[in-house]
Amino acid sequence: MRSARRTLLLTILSAFSLQVSASPFTPKDDADVLERLTYQSIADPSVAKLRRMRAELAATPDNLELAVRLAWRYIEIGRAQADPRNEGYAQAALRPWWHLDPPPAAVLLVRATLRQSRHDFHGALADLSGVLRMQSHNAQAWLTRAVVLSVLGEPRDALGNCMPLFRLASPLLATTCAGNAMGLGGQAEAVYEWLLRSLERSHGASARERLWALTVLADIATRLGRHAEAESHYREALRLELRDIYLLSAYADFLLDQGRAEEVYALLRDDSRPDPLLLRLALAEKQLSTPELKHRVTPLQARFAASRLRGSERHLGSEARLELHLLNRPQRALKLALDNWAVQREPVDARLVLESALAADKAAAADPVLAWLIKTGLEDVRLAALRERLTQAR
Amino acid sequence: MSSPARPMHRWVLATALLLLPLAGWAHKPSDSYLRLRVEHHGLEGRWDIALRDLEYALGLDADHDGLITWGELRVRHADIAAYALARLRIATAEQACAIRATQYQVANHSDGTYMVLGFNADCPKADVPLTVTYGLFFDLDPTHRGLLRIESGDSVETAILSPGRPSTLVEPQRRGWWQAFVGYWREGVWHIWIGFDHTLFLLALLFPAVLMREGGQWRQAPDFRSVFWEVVAVVTAFTVAHSITLSVAVLGWVSLPARLVESVIAATVLVAALNNLYPLVYRRRALIAFLLGLVHGLGFATVLADLELPGGTLAVALAGFNLGVETGQLAIVAVFLPVAFRLRAGWVYRRIALGLGSAVVAVIAGTWLIERSLDTRFMPL
Repeated sequence: MRSARRTLLLTILSAFSLQVSASPFTPKDDADVLERLTYQSIADPSVAKLRRMRAELAATPDNLELAVRLAWRYIEIGRAQADPRNEGYAQAALRPWWHLDPPPAAVLLVRATLRQSRHDFHGALADLSGVLRMQSHNAQAWLTRAVVLSVLGEPRDALGNCMPLFRLASPLLATTCAGNAMGLGGQAEAVYEWLLRSLERSHGASARERLWALTVLADIATRLGRHAEAESHYREALRLELRDIYLLSAYADFLLDQGRAEEVYALLRDDSRPDPLLLRLALAEKQLSTPELKHRVTPLQARFAASRLRGSERHLGSEARLELHLLNRPQRALKLALDNWAVQREPVDARLVLESALAADKAAAADPVLAWLIKTGLEDVRLAALRERLTQAR
Repeated sequence: MSSPARPMHRWVLATALLLLPLAGWAHKPSDSYLRLRVEHHGLEGRWDIALRDLEYALGLDADHDGLITWGELRVRHADIAAYALARLRIATAEQACAIRATQYQVANHSDGTYMVLGFNADCPKADVPLTVTYGLFFDLDPTHRGLLRIESGDSVETAILSPGRPSTLVEPQRRGWWQAFVGYWREGVWHIWIGFDHTLFLLALLFPAVLMREGGQWRQAPDFRSVFWEVVAVVTAFTVAHSITLSVAVLGWVSLPARLVESVIAATVLVAALNNLYPLVYRRRALIAFLLGLVHGLGFATVLADLELPGGTLAVALAGFNLGVETGQLAIVAVFLPVAFRLRAGWVYRRIALGLGSAVVAVIAGTWLIERSLDTRFMPL
């Protein structure tokens, strides 16, 4: 009879696990560590400062200047820790103004930043236009608009938004913005040299600026097939020691494409908390056939499933790669890659569609991407090779 | 940020907040998983809440070492339950259901460790629409979502609760009598499948069915026909007996302590097995099955009590469960009988099945008897 009760309980629990796949348990020891928080110590002055700002804002919740400062602080922390909860905290700080029509420009700029981060790119563009109507000199708004437009696969419009930065921001920042946009068009070689010269002249530029310039240079060099140059830009960017998940992901992809999976493994083995890095680590382990691979795939699937449960679209591209390269399900990969393409259109997103269409034996599904390649004139040796194979496949 | 500034100043700002096109996240944003099960007396809930979120809201890391330990969480259980349950409202059109925390555990999700808060909601009436209103963390993090899952009868509904849409209406499904019948029938079959004490008792009664006792010796039964009817008689007697006591117990006319009932059930298995080894009663096994089966019915009643019988469908539930038990028994007979009949002539059957088999059953049942009467454990079953 006891066994009967236990089994009934198990049945109920297993039915529930379909939803959240986590069985509850009671830890044995008070000393058992359940969670590691991202900050290390209260002694950390930035943690103390953040607490002070939180307390101050709680006392004066309508202090706009303080609220905006706190919001940006949360956004920075969120990027450093790769934890999007901080973006929610940023939004909460701006609650009194968030739903005003229109909110103050400073609030609108934060809202645009959070929207682009949630992949609501069109919402972000609308907010940024609002900021620029009120403050045509707002460099951050122009810059964010340019970046969002290039993510949307509109390099020409992006370039237009970089132009005011030549007046409002540092030469290197403006050149990097323009170089990034033009590098997605048809003049990659010339743009590459131009940006390189600008970087060499900008001795006083901040590490953040240099990081972005080097990342754009590495991206363009990779697309042009100039691997030695790309490698040296990536390495110089990594030497700046600013933790940047985009840079790590791009470098890992570069290495994976050259079959240098050991180096990816060494780079990411101890740094795989963020989803994009865990994905690259798993791809490296696939090339190396390590036994740990299956311990990577299951958590990735669980993370994407949890994301989908809340109705988020942020993970579509990563999930397409998981399906295509790690689970060998090209039909699903193609569907996800096309859904992702509907949201964002960078060269990596284009590549996912082309690769999935080839693997799924559905060359026609790649037509919108091929049309986009012609429209933008994007120069990319890998995409060109894929396009060639797709043409032969028809 | 909004004040006009010199160009130099703007550079610094723009640079500090440089946006790169791809933000890579370690986790998804904050979610909690709220699961409600509609039972006839109210709702049973399980609420998984991320420790990171609780840390931000309530500060769990008492020694500020960046680690949340079970000890730190355990001492805050009551605070957490009070905080969370104050932000959850389950109500009928007339009044709110009283929510009471029942259990505190933890679970590992893909993005970290969650507290698992078990609770009951006592609603005044079953089967009336309920409104679930969710407000956890919305003040601290407007991007937080409550992922709700409601199980009612055989249906499952889900909802994503957000600051813009914090409530949802739940209409509990009343199960039709046929679904209820099938549900309880299934429980009956399942119970025989996993209820080893009943299975062993039945087997102990069936071992000698393909043999007959003459002059202190076992001989093989002459024909399948007589064996078949003997088995039918035993199984039916067992079923009739436990149906009677099950009904009587469920209707509340008889109530015995579960420990006593379970001990006596173990004793019946022991008696049946020993009777195979040292035959005292070898005629009228159906009568033995009936008398001992009365005890087993009291045992089934405990299971049905655990399943929480709805008042209105009691007869349906009893019929379904009893027929399910009967079906499970017939399945065992269908497997056992042809094999035993085929093997009955040789010494293998008498020594291994009847002798060794009954001895093993006797040892298991004896251990159960000691375990259950003394409330200790030796065996994993």
